[in-house]
Amino acid sequence: MTQTPTVQSRPARAAVFGAGAFAHAWPFLALLVIGLTLPLFAGGYWGVIATRACVYWVLVAGLNLMVGFAGQLAIGWVALLTLGAYTTSVLAAGNVMPALHPYLALAIAGAIGAVFGVIVGLPALRLRTFYFAITTLGFATIVTQIALAWQSVTGGGVGVPGPIFPAPFDSQWGFYYFCFGLAAICTWMTMNIAASRFGRALTAIRDAEVAAEASGIAKPALLVTVFLFSGAVAAISGGLFASLQSYITPDAFTIDLSVLFFIAILIGGRGSILGPVLGTILLTVLPEFAAPLVAWSTFLYAVLLLVIVLAMPGGIAELIDFKNRRPLQSNRAIVPRPDLLPRLLGTNRDPGTLTLEQVALSFGGVHAVDGLDLTIRPGEVHGLIGPNGSGKTTTLNVISGYYAPQSGTAKLDGVVLPALVRHTRARHRIARTFQTPRLVGEASVLDNVMIGGTIDGRGTFAESLLSLPRHRRDEAMLHETAMLALATVGLESLAAVRADRLQHSELRFVEIARGLMLRPAFLLLDEPAAGLSAEEITRLGAFLVAIAKTGTGVLLVEHHADLIFDICHHVTVLNLGKMLAAGTPAEIRSHPEVVNAYLGG
Amino acid sequence: MLESIVSSGVAIGCIYALIGVTYNVMFSASRVFSFTAGTLGMIGGVLGSLFILRTGMPIALGFVLALAGGALLGVVTEIVAVRPVLKSLDQHLYVLSTLALALIVQQYTAIEWSTEPQPFPRIFDIVRGGFDQQYWLPMLACAAVIVGLELLYRHTLVGHAFLAIAEDNYAARALGLPERGLRMASFALAGVIGALAGFAGGQLLLAFFANAPLLTFYGFVPVALGGMGNNRGAVVAGLILGLFQQSANFLVGGIFASVAVFAAFIVVLLAFPEGLAGAPVQRRV
Repeated sequence: MTQTPTVQSRPARAAVFGAGAFAHAWPFLALLVIGLTLPLFAGGYWGVIATRACVYWVLVAGLNLMVGFAGQLAIGWVALLTLGAYTTSVLAAGNVMPALHPYLALAIAGAIGAVFGVIVGLPALRLRTFYFAITTLGFATIVTQIALAWQSVTGGGVGVPGPIFPAPFDSQWGFYYFCFGLAAICTWMTMNIAASRFGRALTAIRDAEVAAEASGIAKPALLVTVFLFSGAVAAISGGLFASLQSYITPDAFTIDLSVLFFIAILIGGRGSILGPVLGTILLTVLPEFAAPLVAWSTFLYAVLLLVIVLAMPGGIAELIDFKNRRPLQSNRAIVPRPDLLPRLLGTNRDPGTLTLEQVALSFGGVHAVDGLDLTIRPGEVHGLIGPNGSGKTTTLNVISGYYAPQSGTAKLDGVVLPALVRHTRARHRIARTFQTPRLVGEASVLDNVMIGGTIDGRGTFAESLLSLPRHRRDEAMLHETAMLALATVGLESLAAVRADRLQHSELRFVEIARGLMLRPAFLLLDEPAAGLSAEEITRLGAFLVAIAKTGTGVLLVEHHADLIFDICHHVTVLNLGKMLAAGTPAEIRSHPEVVNAYLGG
Repeated sequence: MLESIVSSGVAIGCIYALIGVTYNVMFSASRVFSFTAGTLGMIGGVLGSLFILRTGMPIALGFVLALAGGALLGVVTEIVAVRPVLKSLDQHLYVLSTLALALIVQQYTAIEWSTEPQPFPRIFDIVRGGFDQQYWLPMLACAAVIVGLELLYRHTLVGHAFLAIAEDNYAARALGLPERGLRMASFALAGVIGALAGFAGGQLLLAFFANAPLLTFYGFVPVALGGMGNNRGAVVAGLILGLFQQSANFLVGGIFASVAVFAAFIVVLLAFPEGLAGAPVQRRV
């Protein structure tokens, strides 16, 4: 039920993993061969089960993008299956209007499913996780109740016959190949998305939302696209499900099915395509060996769900992820290569100045920032120091749009940067890092860095879905730039390693590499030296100076006074949200109040 | 007609409000919403019917045992579905673990008890009247729980400790409060309240396994609209929900009533994601 990714689309990736595209694709190829030759060695009964697995997978493939990649717990997604099943059946049977051709009915169901996917999914943009989960659950209940009550259309409790697809797909094996084909296409499409900037952006939304926003990823637009896709394939799966059942009643669509789909994804592992494929097959086949327990099936599924959540949250994907079991070389040193910076960033750029004018912001009664003026010039390292709670990070958050100042503005080259639209900062080429590194732990270091270049892709979601040329060009470009960025910070040997296996100091450099993907006009660093060794701090300092030399304005929030005085062109000292002093490092070092309040006598 | 809408609406609303309080008590102790809230209500009804009708226990004993069963399920929720996933709260695994536990209990009840609604005993042997015990029992239970919680939180040391945990559990632990013990006690308390809701509403809802998902959903509406952790908000929102649902039931019929409630819920929630009485929380970066 799969297809191999085209080799051309991921040439460099194969080289990274060193084992060729085949190593990545062979499980899918094996499944494809087994699926195609199934009628040769399996009886008719297994044909039905295999068809069911394919039908389920069409839905799970789409749901996987929502749950496994984007982390949106839509536990009532079975509602879309119900909707698709009834739409296809009713249209094909001609209950309300002249009977439509089954293919047309299926296509219309897909379109309606896409619309309802957005309707069901939309609350995710505004609500907390549990709230969203429960709204989808409510939706699933309502859809079933409507199916039961709207007798003139749905046949109520009596039900309605499912569509029959014309020859050659009317026989049992014919219908199997139809479903298998659709399942293979869905696999291929979701694999394309998984390996695209959209797939990476989804995992970033799931695990590092603030970093996703700082990289210019607009969560609403991306999630709505995924809802459209997931809704469409779920409804199409529903149409196939109705045909497979040959007769549908509302009680065929219980919450148990939703649980089943969730187990398939979780047992497979988040952010994986192969895992959920195997999970779906496993869960469809398993009940056949447990026939005496059929009354207990939901009970057992629930137990299975609990066990997976508690015992193996990584799922099958983690179990079969052998390359990330190999021990990493210990005592690794991070040796940045500033000489590569001009290639990555260009030289002599002049984006204008970044200024804060009379910015004030208080939380409750606390004045976090109180009338602050700040000017950051391109090509300079600007240090921002002060005791804890003096407003350093708040200043950074005002610039990157997380907080709306109560008065005053942030301007770039004279143009006001609007507050609270965080994802627009990347378009202004303002990059940042975080006090605690915000990375996708389950993704590779390379993927994490590529997230930083998301806004430089040109292809659309649909182009990535179908792996069209623009998508492939985007990926090749992002891959090349990200490898260069990793080489620049000195981490290219770790490109293929899962990010959560790295040391803390390495994560800080990965974040910087991700920021550099934007070719930043301004780079905002929130305590980048925290947790680094003395030697690493020295290298970091030299590296930041080299970044500034290419024309980037660097804003450095730090506690290491030595680093600040060594590399900054200009230093601003904050105390209680107000500027205490500003000037060159030499001036600051001899400023009596600063010495008193902060540096110590 | 108005009279029956009001009495059944207020009664049902009180049951929803109690389930809402169940959610809140668990949430305050753990920052976790649990899908077992409605299951606790269902269990209260089923255990009441089981002990009193099927095994013929005295009503008072059956009542106490039903509440004890709720407390037990509350503690099991904490141990099995909440504690193991607390350390990775940001991955929201509790959504799935508590859902799984809720389904386990619900399915077990369906298989071992009955898949059909079973009768629930009349608690007081008095003549069926216009304003019957099936209406005023839930109201009485709701009032008792609200007053009881107020007294507990305001006037007892344990209650102060609960509040401290709810406010800031790191600080509470630093003060030397037994955080884990208090959390388990909270879940037991939530279990008692949930089971009480199901027991008091038993004559209205009957002893039926499928009450679990309905109570889980309709009991969450007061939490969402009243603001999480806000018990008074939950009671007000629960009563509004009950009255709205029963009016819609009488005026337009069952299915459209469900759709109306659901649609109203979504619209209000989208307009006020923090609830009608809640304040937005600043996100930390």
